[in-house]
Amino acid sequence: MSTTTPPEIKPGRPVTPQVVAASRIRPTRRRGERGPLGAALMHGGLIVASLIALAPVAWLFFLSLGPDKDDYLHPGKIMGKLSFSNYSFVLQHTAFFDWFKSTMIVALGTTVIGVFVAATTGYAVSRMRFPGYKSLMWVLLLTQAFPIAILIVPMYEIFSDIGLIDTYWSLIVINCTTAVPYSAWLLKGYFDTIPFEIDEAGRVDGLSPFGTFFRLILPLARPGLAVAAFYNFITAVGEVAFATTFMLDDSKYTFAVGLQTFVSQHDAEWNYMAATAVLIAIPVSVFFYLVQKNLVTGLTAGGTKG
Amino acid sequence: MTVAIDRATGKRRGDRAPRPGLGQRIKNGYQKHWYAYAMIAPVVVVLGVIVGYPLVRGLYLTLTDANSLNSARTIGVNHIAATYKYIGFGNYKDILFGPTSYDRFWSHFLWTVFWTAACVALHYTIGLGLALMLNQKLRGRTFYRLMLVLPWAVPTFVTVFSWRIMLADSGVLNQILHSLHLPQPQWLEDTFWQRFAAIMVNTWCGVPFMMLSLLGGLQSIDSTLYEAAEMDGASAWQQFRHVTLPGLRSVSSTVVLLGIIWTFNQFAIIFLLFGPTGAPDAQILVTWAYFLGFGQQPRDFAQSAAYGVLLLSILAVFTSFYFRWLKRNDQLAV
Repeated sequence: MSTTTPPEIKPGRPVTPQVVAASRIRPTRRRGERGPLGAALMHGGLIVASLIALAPVAWLFFLSLGPDKDDYLHPGKIMGKLSFSNYSFVLQHTAFFDWFKSTMIVALGTTVIGVFVAATTGYAVSRMRFPGYKSLMWVLLLTQAFPIAILIVPMYEIFSDIGLIDTYWSLIVINCTTAVPYSAWLLKGYFDTIPFEIDEAGRVDGLSPFGTFFRLILPLARPGLAVAAFYNFITAVGEVAFATTFMLDDSKYTFAVGLQTFVSQHDAEWNYMAATAVLIAIPVSVFFYLVQKNLVTGLTAGGTKG
Repeated sequence: MTVAIDRATGKRRGDRAPRPGLGQRIKNGYQKHWYAYAMIAPVVVVLGVIVGYPLVRGLYLTLTDANSLNSARTIGVNHIAATYKYIGFGNYKDILFGPTSYDRFWSHFLWTVFWTAACVALHYTIGLGLALMLNQKLRGRTFYRLMLVLPWAVPTFVTVFSWRIMLADSGVLNQILHSLHLPQPQWLEDTFWQRFAAIMVNTWCGVPFMMLSLLGGLQSIDSTLYEAAEMDGASAWQQFRHVTLPGLRSVSSTVVLLGIIWTFNQFAIIFLLFGPTGAPDAQILVTWAYFLGFGQQPRDFAQSAAYGVLLLSILAVFTSFYFRWLKRNDQLAV
């Protein structure tokens, strides 16, 4: 589905004979084409950038194949003894699957709740102007500015009062506070690109605003929802501060906390850390691959419309 | 693309004209807007309960001397009630003007400002450069895009650990520098290099988001504008200066603001790169506040929350100035 709005029709510049003549005299390339040097430079730049982007992850993967925890100090030795022993150790003798479970519960919980809540809000602020609209947008932006330091202490107090410390709910709720406002912005931008005529047609056919939203707009907004879902998911998976502070039972650690246990002060098991990191990166990258086609269009809508 | 918004503001202009009494206005407003309110209710409730209430409580904490020794806590089966007391603005006075205020607050503040400016500038320029390249008709464009977005797809805590291995004393980066006969900085021990490394890692993590957003912005620029510019004989630089940059204005102003806010509050990278207690001089205000509240014994809840309030105030002031500036230049997309 195309998300670009039909280009505005600009009053065409009159093509005067002089312009035509000028373009005939100078043998210009067609738009989007460039000389071999330009293409080489461009490929060169992109290749270097891709390598830099890839390097830390590739390095981690390489180290995960070396059997000793100090292999990172002399990587040359790894080549001779590549093995998957770190992986089998991590899978069999650590709490990997517990961490996986916690991470998934927290991340999927955040994604489902966050996207749903953000979608209704995004739709409301895209289609309706109501008293309080401006302050709502302002609050949504301002919550992005909330440093964890201001919330983490009172949250800790409140959560321990109501017994939510060390539960998945605590993390889901907290992740929603950061993910929902931004997702709402993103989705507002996306909904703005869906023609109003569709809503009007729905209303004429007797749908309520909620019906229009659920039956017509949500299905059309799937790419936007995918981006919001992705954003919620990676925010939740990557959350460190609250997960570190609120999860006490090591079987409930998320990956962000679990991974830190490999490199505590007295013992740094970098090889297990690397293997675990690779195991974490794979499902996230797969998820990413599934939604990546929608990322650019979705982010654009959110970005350009603010 | 402006159609949608124009129509909506048109509606709004309409219902502004008559101004009946307050009760009537509420009743009218309710009838007219209850759909809208029902739809935003979840967010308002969620934000009110899990941001608003803790915020108020946090504000109160900053006016007390709460720490982990006098707060309510449960040891075994015994519940000990909180005994902290109200001390007015003592915490703020201590943080901003106390005898150790420079070492504790102002030095971190200056570093945080520098860190934010440097990171966002790097994010934006590198992101824009890559987006411009990806926007060309180029073989393998999709492949490059996938590779370049990778740092964003892998969770930050994974890649930060990877950087930690690479930056370690005799890690691969220093081995490469050694083989090139270049000096090998102590990335994770020396203050200057700690800061350098932090900015480098954060740049690496933040570029993909900028790149994707700007790429989207580039793709939404009407291609007839370029054709017209070309007709007029504009050089590549002139096209960039007078078509691309103005066309990116609204997306730029949004992502730069978000970038500044996110970088200013960036917790995970510094926290994980140096460990919970390492590199006191490379800590930005957020991680420093976390250290005060959770990284030391006894935990100083009140000061930690006071840092939080200060941080939020700095950002709120900054954001409103930024908005005013955008409005004056008519760049706001909201």
